[in-house]
Amino acid sequence: MAYTEEELKKELETKEYEYGFYTDIESDTLPKGLNEDIVIAISKKKEEPDWMTEWRLQAFRYWKEMEEPEWANVTYKKPDFQDISYYSAPNKKPKYNSLDEVDPELLDTFKRLGISLEEQKKLAGVAVDIVMDSVSVATTFKKTLAEKGIIFMSISEAIKEHPELVKKYIGTVVPQKDNFYAALNSAVFSDGSFCYIPKGVRCPMELSTYFRINQAGTGQFERTLVIADEGSYVSYLEGCTAPSRNENQLHAAVVELIALDDAEIKYSTVQNWFPGDKEGKGGVFNFVTKRGLCEKNAKISWTQVETGSAVTWKYPSCILKGDNSIGEFYSIAVTNNFQQADTGTKMIHLGKNTKSTIISKGISAGKSQNSYRGLVQVNSRAENARNFSQCDSLLMGNECGAHTFPYIEAKNKTAQIEHEATTSKIGEDQIFYCNQRGIDTEKAIALIVNGFSKEVLNKLPMEFAVEAQKLLEISLEGSVG
Amino acid sequence: MMFENNVDIDHPVHDLRTEAMKNFELKGFPTKKEEAWKYTSLNSLQKVDFSIFPKQENTLEYRDVKKYFIHEIDTYKIVFIDGIYSSNLSETTHDGVDICLMSSALTKPMYKPVIDVYFNKTASKDDSLTSLNTAFSREGAFIYIYKNKMPKKPVEIIHFATGNESTLMLQPRNLIVVEENAELQVIERHQSLTSNEVLTNSVTEIFAAKNAIVDYYKVQNNVGTASLIDNTYIDQKDKSVVKVHTFSFGGKLTRNNLNFYQNGEYIDSTMKGVTILGEKQHVDHHTLVHHIEPNCESHQDYKGIYGENSTGVFNGKIIVDKIAQKTNAFQQNNNILISDKATINTKPQLEIFADDVKCSHGCTIGQLDEEALFYLQSRGIPKKEARALLMYAFANNVLASVRIPELKTRINKLIAKKLGVNLGFDL
Repeated sequence: MAYTEEELKKELETKEYEYGFYTDIESDTLPKGLNEDIVIAISKKKEEPDWMTEWRLQAFRYWKEMEEPEWANVTYKKPDFQDISYYSAPNKKPKYNSLDEVDPELLDTFKRLGISLEEQKKLAGVAVDIVMDSVSVATTFKKTLAEKGIIFMSISEAIKEHPELVKKYIGTVVPQKDNFYAALNSAVFSDGSFCYIPKGVRCPMELSTYFRINQAGTGQFERTLVIADEGSYVSYLEGCTAPSRNENQLHAAVVELIALDDAEIKYSTVQNWFPGDKEGKGGVFNFVTKRGLCEKNAKISWTQVETGSAVTWKYPSCILKGDNSIGEFYSIAVTNNFQQADTGTKMIHLGKNTKSTIISKGISAGKSQNSYRGLVQVNSRAENARNFSQCDSLLMGNECGAHTFPYIEAKNKTAQIEHEATTSKIGEDQIFYCNQRGIDTEKAIALIVNGFSKEVLNKLPMEFAVEAQKLLEISLEGSVG
Repeated sequence: MMFENNVDIDHPVHDLRTEAMKNFELKGFPTKKEEAWKYTSLNSLQKVDFSIFPKQENTLEYRDVKKYFIHEIDTYKIVFIDGIYSSNLSETTHDGVDICLMSSALTKPMYKPVIDVYFNKTASKDDSLTSLNTAFSREGAFIYIYKNKMPKKPVEIIHFATGNESTLMLQPRNLIVVEENAELQVIERHQSLTSNEVLTNSVTEIFAAKNAIVDYYKVQNNVGTASLIDNTYIDQKDKSVVKVHTFSFGGKLTRNNLNFYQNGEYIDSTMKGVTILGEKQHVDHHTLVHHIEPNCESHQDYKGIYGENSTGVFNGKIIVDKIAQKTNAFQQNNNILISDKATINTKPQLEIFADDVKCSHGCTIGQLDEEALFYLQSRGIPKKEARALLMYAFANNVLASVRIPELKTRINKLIAKKLGVNLGFDL
């Protein structure tokens, strides 16, 4: 059977959200609404020290003064911030000593997600910190990591156990008043991951966090802080899913990366929040602030596969503060049906001989809108800064849109900046070329889409290649594989 | 209001003017908070108390201003001094084509059908500066080329500011209509003769009917106290070809809003620019190409060389509508920074709603190739000249499509002067 683009499109439209199940776990949920009392209550529930409570309150005061940003190329009904519960924790939360003690229902959830802890423990050698509705319920491989002096735990534990580290670094890359959602997150973040790699240590395994919004009417506000001390290396992956619901759920996360001298952080995201159904109902609003700071000779590499969320607003950025530091951004954003994505990166060159690379691939299908928005800024003291950007868009069907908004600002004459962007569809001649070499249309489309995104897929850690492929399948490739 | 005495309420476009005034009063001057004006601030201009209408009529002798004309060739000339038409410097015609004045076109009944169809039709009703022009413009060039006609020679539109008034704001308004199978070449220039502050807020509307060909050259080499906001709106029909070349070498603040609307199929739109700046000059190129119908093409190629404390902005926007399939839209913006204090901000922008299109944009910021420089020096070419040669080569792509040889020579000389070298030959 000949497989045409039309059919592929149809299949995409009818493809159900495969991860849309709801786990019935009793939750401890705070009443809806946001005020200083709620902020204090969240802080109390987490048994936080006073300085943290004060820090949250400060953020809340900034947030009250701020307005929701409107510059992004997305349209949506703004969430009512007083109609959201800002804290929801799985109720039966014992302190687990081993996996056997974990609620079997929860374990089953993970199994269905394909992230079986046992399996991963044995086979993949991955430590996973799972955040379900904001509270970290399981951390594996803590022991192996502890031997190396690596701290990998939920941020609420870190606040209690390593307050000096958290206090020193939290909010240094993304200040409380950075933007509307960052301020909101700073005030109400419920949990997240914390990771510290000591001097000269190369983290022996990929660290991973899995997020999942389970409870209806809750927002997920996790906060991730990764610190790579001098000369260390870490590769970190986060994945996200949410059950299908009719109303929009809010996800406003903050991720801060700090790479000290000679350190390297590789941060990969596979984002598959519920995108809404094919009429565009429901789905997650994904408003995320991610930023990394590079000191001397440090390197931060962002890789993201964005296939989910009804609305995405996300710009993982690098501040290249130290001399010779390197920032990288590799992204695939796939939008289908009524999804809207406004995503990209910022590369701020401050130090000398800094380099940045941006590779962004956008694929839009259905009635979706996919935007790339990026900033490359070379400051006057950033001698010999080098940037290469490439953003390519692939359009499937004539009801979707692809947009690019690259901002390039150079204030130094030694800067070398290149930017390229292309927009195209799968060419008839490309398919014809494949056909005449005996590759049927179905395979040809798969080949072309794969080839289109290969540059980015290659950057994902091996262990997660399978998962990313799975997601691309769900979002676009259908039965093609 | 001080201007109202000068406004003729019986004027045929009085209603348009009132409406435009309302819009301007509502919106005011654009600020840096607006996305389109993010990199260009008009604050320094708003501090100056400009007079809108000159208090006296000034005259100039041809021999004093000859150097500003492309005097090597014969041209039609429409010359304005401080915004007022100068009949002794101009050469207009009604011989088969109409090359004359906006004020007479607005008032003479024979032009009413043309004015009704075209005046203020493609210009934005929303943009505050365009509204300001619509409200206060009194003069400008009116060019109407009939079907299958082509004027015998190019048209020069020159605006002189004498500086007899200490500060002056000019609001020229041009309307250019080129009918089916007709052709036109225009060279436009704004020139201050003293260092008194001048702000020009110009609006030009160009209509190119089926198969029409229009070449429009903007020469911007004004003194360091002159600012220009140029709003050009171009409406193209089937198979028309419009090329706009912008040469920006001077002025305090220059803002070019160049808007192309492709209302037909098989249209070709080309925008090219060379920008060479020094001192504290600021040039902002803001282009828009709206692909409304299928099978059209657009080409943009802007080169910039920025020295001293200058700032350059390029913001190129391409919109491809859903039905505009088989569109080819290309955009290229290359920049060289030759000073530590110079800044370039560039923002190429694609908004695409059709799937069967080929759109690309490329943008680079870099330096001269050290090896190429060494190669030239090793062959006995002094460094300064070698640098200039490379910069010439850099800008040459844009010059290649200039179809008036004398203008090309003139631009070459301006580039040489701007780069401070004499190569002893024309490129």
